[in-house]
Amino acid sequence: MTEYVPKNPGTITKYIVVESPTVTASELAIHAYEIAEGAMIKETCFGLAINGKEDVVDGLIQKLRAIDPDHIFVKDRGFVPGDPRRCRANLGGARPGFHGIEYETTVLPYVSHGLGELRSRDAEGIPAPQNPLETKKLDVYTLKKLMEAPES
Amino acid sequence: MAKVFIYPTTSLILSDLVARYGHTPLSSAIAIRERVQTAGLESVPLQITPEEPKKGLKWAAVEVPSGVRGRMALYGPMIESCEAAIIINDADLAFGCMGCARTNELIKFLIRQKEVPKIDLNYPKNEEDGVKFVAAIKRFLKGLEGAK
Repeated sequence: MTEYVPKNPGTITKYIVVESPTVTASELAIHAYEIAEGAMIKETCFGLAINGKEDVVDGLIQKLRAIDPDHIFVKDRGFVPGDPRRCRANLGGARPGFHGIEYETTVLPYVSHGLGELRSRDAEGIPAPQNPLETKKLDVYTLKKLMEAPES
Repeated sequence: MAKVFIYPTTSLILSDLVARYGHTPLSSAIAIRERVQTAGLESVPLQITPEEPKKGLKWAAVEVPSGVRGRMALYGPMIESCEAAIIINDADLAFGCMGCARTNELIKFLIRQKEVPKIDLNYPKNEEDGVKFVAAIKRFLKGLEGAK
C-alpha cells in the first residue's frame, strides 16, 4: 500500500462549457487569464477547467458567465486539471465523463433558447412539459391488434 | 439555499440550472472530490477503498454486487441529505454495465421513496421543449425554501 497525498488540497475545480455563437473557448480563456487571481486555468476543446480556492473560482466564473450568460454553462469536477488519473494525455482517447458533456452539448442550444426566452417571458405562464412517468407506452394487446389487422 | 439531488448525477445542464437559480446541486463530482482530496492510502483511480462497499450496505444488501454498494457509498449520503430532486428520465448518457445500471435504478427508487419535492423531465428535443424545460425547472427551484 502506498501513501496517498492529494494535489492542491482545499481547492475546487469547475468546468466552464461554452456553446455560444459569439464567444469561443480560446477567447474565454484569454479573458480568464487576464482576470484570474491565483486560479489555475486550463483551456479545453469545449471550454475551460478552473482550479483554485472556492471564493476565487466562484468570483471568476461569475465574471466569465456575464460575457454570455445564456450560452456559458458550469459544472463541478472532482479531479484537478491535468490529473494523470483522468487527463486524456495519459490515458489515450476521450476522458471518462467527456461523453456525457458531448451528449448534453447537443441539447444545450435548446436550453440556451429557453434561458433567453425566459428573460422576456414569465415562467408561470409557460405550460409544463409532459411528465415522462405519465406517458403511456404501446401495450401488447394494442400491438397484437395492429399486427392482426387486415391490410387495406 | 436547498440541496438539490440531480439525476444523471454528472449532468452539466442540471448542475448549471440548479446553481443558476440559487441552490446547491448534489452531483457525483462533489463526492469524488471529497475522496480525491483526502489523504490516506492510495486506491486508484477514484480513491474508492474497500471500505466503501461496506458503507454501501446501508442501501443495498450484501448479495448485491460490490460495484453497486461502492457506488451507493457515494450517492447514498447525498440522497439522504437532499431536500429536493430533479430526475431526467431519458438520460441515455447514464447507461452502463450492471454496476452503473443497477445503481441508477436504486438511486431513482430511493429518490421516489423519499418525501421531498421532485420533478421528472425528459431532455428537450426542440426549442419549444427547451423553453418548457427551463421554465419547469425555474418554477420548481423558485418554489423551494431558501430560493433567491
